[in-house]
Amino acid sequence: MIDEHLPVLQVVVPLLAAPMCLLLGRGTLAWGLATAVGWFALYVALSLLGSVPAGGEIRYALGGWAAPWGIEYRVDRLDSYVLVIVAAVGALVLTYARASVAREIARHQHAAFYAALLLCLAGLLGIVITGDAFNLFVFLEISSLSSYALISLGRDRRALTASYQYLIMGTLGATFILIGVGLLYMVTGTLNMLDLAERLPALGDNRTVLAAFAFLVVGICLKIALFPLHLWLPNAYAYAPSVVTAFLAGTATKVAIYVLLRFLFTIFGAGFSFSGMLLSALLMVLALLGVLVASTVAIFQNDVKRMLAYSSVAQIGYIVLGISLVSVTGLTAALVHLFNHAVMKAALFLALGAVVYRVGGARLEDMKGLGRAMPLTLAAFVAGGLSLIGVPLTAGFISKWYLVLAALEAGWWPIALLVLIGSLLAVVYVWRVVETAYMQPRPAGAAAVSEAPWHMLLPIWALVVANVWLGIDTDLTVGIAGGVAVELLGGAP
Amino acid sequence: MALSLYNYWIVIVLMMTGFYIVIRSTNLVKKIVGLNIFQTSVFILYISMGKVEGGTAPIVTDGATAYSNPLPHVLILTAIVVGVATTALGLTLVVRIKEAYGSVDEEAIQRQDREA
Amino acid sequence: MTHHVVLRVVAKLIIPLILLFALYVQFHGDYGPGGGFQAGVIFSAALILYALVFGLDSAQRAVPTTAVRVLMALGVLLYGGVGITSMLLGGNFLEYDVFAAEPAAGQHLGILLVELGVGITVSTTMLAIFYAFAGRRAAR
Repeated sequence: MIDEHLPVLQVVVPLLAAPMCLLLGRGTLAWGLATAVGWFALYVALSLLGSVPAGGEIRYALGGWAAPWGIEYRVDRLDSYVLVIVAAVGALVLTYARASVAREIARHQHAAFYAALLLCLAGLLGIVITGDAFNLFVFLEISSLSSYALISLGRDRRALTASYQYLIMGTLGATFILIGVGLLYMVTGTLNMLDLAERLPALGDNRTVLAAFAFLVVGICLKIALFPLHLWLPNAYAYAPSVVTAFLAGTATKVAIYVLLRFLFTIFGAGFSFSGMLLSALLMVLALLGVLVASTVAIFQNDVKRMLAYSSVAQIGYIVLGISLVSVTGLTAALVHLFNHAVMKAALFLALGAVVYRVGGARLEDMKGLGRAMPLTLAAFVAGGLSLIGVPLTAGFISKWYLVLAALEAGWWPIALLVLIGSLLAVVYVWRVVETAYMQPRPAGAAAVSEAPWHMLLPIWALVVANVWLGIDTDLTVGIAGGVAVELLGGAP
Repeated sequence: MALSLYNYWIVIVLMMTGFYIVIRSTNLVKKIVGLNIFQTSVFILYISMGKVEGGTAPIVTDGATAYSNPLPHVLILTAIVVGVATTALGLTLVVRIKEAYGSVDEEAIQRQDREA
Repeated sequence: MTHHVVLRVVAKLIIPLILLFALYVQFHGDYGPGGGFQAGVIFSAALILYALVFGLDSAQRAVPTTAVRVLMALGVLLYGGVGITSMLLGGNFLEYDVFAAEPAAGQHLGILLVELGVGITVSTTMLAIFYAFAGRRAAR
């Protein structure tokens, strides 16, 4: 019986667990419930991944109202792939959260913190699973509003301004999406994604459709933090509590990229979206600029969290670059990197969270000599860093490999070169941390630092092992991503 | 011709007014006000599109043949709730920023951050 | 707040009416315009008016902060609980048909309960927002 309800349970269980956390009121109990729910969501996502047939889909009519009239949850392979990313990062981050949250957040706010984190998780899962364009906006706002609140809980007062900035930019982006959806409804009379995909081709180059397209792309790119719309991201990631940074870095931008793929390929169709090469060229230039500029800026950061935030902007550039090539290999590269980047960035930010837990800060000078004091945490950081660079036998290598392959396939060898330059820049900023942590001694008079507790190390190393695993056995990522890429370009969802 | 589409003119004027305030104002409270105006223009866009020529309110009554489309209204009810939540959260942040920095002016806050 | 007699008398007169109107909007929602969102906001407007005229303290004596917090969560849980129950009874999530022998009666009961959940959450959330802002100023 439970099997047929899996799509709705995926969203409803975290959604209802959030008010329960509020009612439980005590930090540890709320954490226990949230973690259990996180793992349940992962279980549901994995079973959905296992039960979606290639090229097929699972549909669930909410309230028993059939598709064009009611809201419908629809899970195809792209959906289930992204669901697994979000749920896996969510489960591991929640498992890790207890000690870090106890250290960084005031005690009376713990229950509300876990409630907000669950709401954010439910919102992100909802965006992915829904088959209704307006419902997507609602879930987007659920996840965004809870993430603004989560970011503002950071200890530094700059967390408040970062959160405010994100609130303004995020709301503008979401309202743009709302306008786009409204214009589409105006010309087609439907909000169901499948219906939209069926009716839009008949309208051709209708001006309302073009306006809707423009609003949607700009709105979604704000949420993705595509260069130069990324300005909210570095501060938000740098000043948010460690747990929140790891969670958002692994999920929020990934889901936004999913939304972009959904609208460009499923709803408008690749033929419409990329006709005339304008969007493709625009995305490509912005993506490459993003990679180079953000990587360069990352080198000059003294706050490691901020450095990794800029690196996130660069990694988003790689993903968008893959999309802009509009080929099966390019999309495969983008989708593979979606997964790999979530895994490596979550590992890096969680390792950094452990450093903050023990040392109290994540500036470069805080990390001096930690290679000896916290060997396991720093080893995990290095492994994540190697993956970020794209060293063979790590997940990062696979994504870069496919990206370069896609660029060469399209005959754009300069792009392949720029991707390699981006990797070299990553070597520089990762090396700065490694050099500080391993070559420089702990400053005299600094308090002794011990290794992070095992319950923090366990999730970190789970992600590191996943990182290496995905670099060797690529069945899960490349296998599914390749199939999804063909489906997306084939037009029919 | 141009006047028959007056609802769109209103929407566009409101939208640009709100957008301008968000971009131009350095006062954090005024930015939220601008954001509200911006969102309201979208609400009007949705609501005006639900109007059906000669239709009455969408409640089944005798003698009515055409009804306005209720769906955009329902959608925008949701969007209004989202807007209220955003405004409340934004103003909460402004209150906390005022307590932390003693100012609600963006430039004054940035100056303090640079000095710190 | 010892003077302003007119304000106090008028408030005392109209607050019950506002509450009554909120309940009307709430429970008439399945036949006419209305529903949980609107009713919740009207209901909280009455309480906020009370707080404005008689002071935050007396409002918080009438509706304590803890009660607001609990009701806020319970409203959502009522909404979700209706959905879960419909699933346990063999329907889809929020499929009200299964609540009664006759689908129409089931729809009736279902939407009434769901809107009640919405109404509770909306009114307490609006009140919570008001308390948060008003209480902050009093604290300083």
